[in-house]
Amino acid sequence: MGTIIWYLIPALVMFCCGVYGFMTRRNMIAMLISLELMLNAVDINFVVFNRYLYPGQLDGMMFTLFAIAIAAAETALAIAIIINIYRSAKNIDVRDVTRMKF
Amino acid sequence: MDFIIPLLILAIPLFNFLLLGIGGVKMSHRLAGTIGCIGMGTVLVLSYYTAFNYFFSGNEAFIIDGVRKAATIFNVTWLEFTKNLVIKLGFLLDPISAMMLIVIPTISFMVHVYSLGYMKDEKGFQRYYAFLSLFSFSMLGLVVATNIFQMYIFWELVGASSYLLIGFFYTLPSAVSASKKAFIVTRFADLGFLIGILILSFYTQTFNFADLTNNPQNVLLSTGGATFLGGSVLTWALVLIFTGGMGKSAMMPLHIWLPDAMEGPTPVSALIHAATMVVAGVYLVARMFPLYLMEEFALQFITVVGAITALYAAIVACTQIDIKRVLAFSTISQIAFMMVSLGVARPEHHEALGYMASMFHLFTHAMFKALLFLGAGALIHAVHSNNYTAMGGLRKYMPITHWTFLIGCLAIAGIPPFSGFFSKDEILSACYSQSMFWGVWMSIVAGMTAFYMFRLYFLIFWWDTPDYSHHHHKPHDPKFAMSFPLLFLATVSVFAGFIPFGEFVTWNGHEYTIHLNTVIAVTSVVIALLGIGAAYVMYSKKNEWPARLAGLVPWLWTAAHHRFYWDEIYLFITHKIIFNGICRPIAWFDRHIIDGTMDGFAYITNKASVAIKGFQSGKVQMYVWWYLIGALLLGAITAVCWM
Amino acid sequence: MESVGSIIMYWIIALSIVIFSVLTVTTRKILRAATYLLFTLFATAALYFKLDYEFLGAVQIAVYAGGIVVLFVFSILLTTHPGDNSEKLASRKRLLGFSAALVTLVVTGYALISRCANVFTRLPEMSTPDMSRIGEVLMGTGYGELLLPFEAISVLLLACIIGGVVVARKR
Repeated sequence: MGTIIWYLIPALVMFCCGVYGFMTRRNMIAMLISLELMLNAVDINFVVFNRYLYPGQLDGMMFTLFAIAIAAAETALAIAIIINIYRSAKNIDVRDVTRMKF
Repeated sequence: MDFIIPLLILAIPLFNFLLLGIGGVKMSHRLAGTIGCIGMGTVLVLSYYTAFNYFFSGNEAFIIDGVRKAATIFNVTWLEFTKNLVIKLGFLLDPISAMMLIVIPTISFMVHVYSLGYMKDEKGFQRYYAFLSLFSFSMLGLVVATNIFQMYIFWELVGASSYLLIGFFYTLPSAVSASKKAFIVTRFADLGFLIGILILSFYTQTFNFADLTNNPQNVLLSTGGATFLGGSVLTWALVLIFTGGMGKSAMMPLHIWLPDAMEGPTPVSALIHAATMVVAGVYLVARMFPLYLMEEFALQFITVVGAITALYAAIVACTQIDIKRVLAFSTISQIAFMMVSLGVARPEHHEALGYMASMFHLFTHAMFKALLFLGAGALIHAVHSNNYTAMGGLRKYMPITHWTFLIGCLAIAGIPPFSGFFSKDEILSACYSQSMFWGVWMSIVAGMTAFYMFRLYFLIFWWDTPDYSHHHHKPHDPKFAMSFPLLFLATVSVFAGFIPFGEFVTWNGHEYTIHLNTVIAVTSVVIALLGIGAAYVMYSKKNEWPARLAGLVPWLWTAAHHRFYWDEIYLFITHKIIFNGICRPIAWFDRHIIDGTMDGFAYITNKASVAIKGFQSGKVQMYVWWYLIGALLLGAITAVCWM
Repeated sequence: MESVGSIIMYWIIALSIVIFSVLTVTTRKILRAATYLLFTLFATAALYFKLDYEFLGAVQIAVYAGGIVVLFVFSILLTTHPGDNSEKLASRKRLLGFSAALVTLVVTGYALISRCANVFTRLPEMSTPDMSRIGEVLMGTGYGELLLPFEAISVLLLACIIGGVVVARKR
């Protein structure tokens, strides 16, 4: 139970769930939720490696702290964009937002 | 001496340039002109004060036991590349720079005032004054340079401001091409100057004039007898530096830009292309004179170039129609006088009389040639044409212009007691003392000077009065702003000859008392009178003499009228040989090989992008697919390979 | 040797992470997805607590669970009508997504297990980092201290606030 791998596997599963959700959901907010899952999985990795490899230091934890802050910022902005898209298209299906192609 | 005033002499014109250049657009013409004149007037007062201080204060820094010293007022490090390669900017006060501190602000101020009338209501009046200030700054910086590199910097700056002012009427194609021509020709010459500077400083490890000229023997030794193509490197360096002077001072064969430079406004011609900038070459040689004394060949070269140029320009001046062109060739000829004078100066003959004579002539020539140009400007203003064919009989209409122009002509012809007589007499004395041949040669040129100047004078003011009634007003004397400079300069031209110049400016600072050589003086006056007489006979009334005389030697007249085809030769060399032989192949290579390569890259990129642009589908989840596949592949490779 | 309570705790946390993650991406009601995400985040916070990073766990709850999820819920309420189900997925698409996730799992899992299965077998001893230490690291200017990124983040957050307002406001 004490081995590092036991902490990494749940994070990995979480990440794969994020991948699945991001690839299959159409609702943009659902995609964003999947994105948060992936980010969270990565955060766990940072913390776990920090805890096992350099227990006295705080680098991994600080990384996670900053990642959380950036995730918050990114989510706020993404949601603002989604709301704007919803306002103009009455819809937040990612398949309808293809105007930014070549 | 305090450094504030010398610094102000340089700073005020620069400040005026920036002020008028940046803020001029918002100013009225009157304000811009007033600022320019007040600034230049201040500089005039300060420079007079400085020069007076230098010559008469008896300060130990300037004169010790009757020997004038070169005083460095300030000398600050501007750029320090290595320990030896240091470029400084400073203010050097010695006899010739103090003299130039009188000449430049005087002419510049007169031109500033004159332009108030001449350039009235021209578009770009403020720009004109800004450029005049820039020029004054550059020229003052040039003459007070403490080292040869500072001189080079300001040398280029006067070239640039000359370019800007020649092309002032930039909507005229002729003005544009004239400014380009002036810039390119002088630039070409400056290349020689730069190489000369580099050679000299490479061997001597210094740019400083003081180090170079105080001990020319050391300079000779420092080259260590190195030679190049049969000449010692010092000879090469000095001849190359003189090449720069040839370009600026319009010596053959680099003279072709000066006649065309007359496309600029006439006051500019008076300031830059008659009185100050074009004598920079003479000034340069004078500045390095102790070094030139080390190399007999360089001095011989200067003499030969000057003498040929003087004769050539005098012949051409006899046949030109445009009055400004006549004056331009006359300028070339007179500068060549100064060059010859420097070339024949030797300490063993009258303590290098030629040096003093050259500087004296520079001084007097600046005054009377500026006067003649400003007079020509008044004439052009009155009849709206540059050609004497549109003039004639003007003495009745424009008395002030007439009398001042006559004074200028008498001065340049060398009639006593006008200033030109004294300076030219010294030059001829110097020539005769060195060699009979050059003496006779220059005497002949002096006679021709008298002839072509009075030819011009008679054709403008006498000859035949054309019908002026189609002008909306009769030709008349200009307003005060324009006539005041004429009167002032005429006064100076009358009296400048009595300045005991030898007490102030000599090559080694020792006082030299001028004594007129009666034989030479009488001869030259007689020759000048002969020239004037010939002009009087031929041109005082309308007659057939000139045409008949031209008919006697038609080939000579035509050739001289076309300036001996120098421009055509240059055009042939550049257009036919250089353009066809070198430029076209290069252009072809550039267009087809270099551009072709670039076009090929662009074509490939374009095609490739079109081919793969389908990936940019706008479907976010497709992007994720691609990303994931790539990431997983990389991950798999990493996992397998670094087990 | 770890205590039994600790092991039980671990399993609860690990299982809730896995189960709620799977539920988050498989439920068809978007509001439920957000709720399951909340639970996943809580479980993650618990994991941090278990690893003795108490400050981080608190931040996780406050920012993620408290802030971001609320943001999600708000936006969901703004953009969907209550009772809407997302459409059923085409089985082909679901299969594709599932296989992608599976491949990711296999590749990454293989890499992890092949390297980390037999190392770091014991959780090292560590006392909970105290607040003053965290504060020093976060606000210090010395080597390995993070004042500059901290300030950069603050600017980024400000930019996001302004950007969010500008993008989302009514015209």
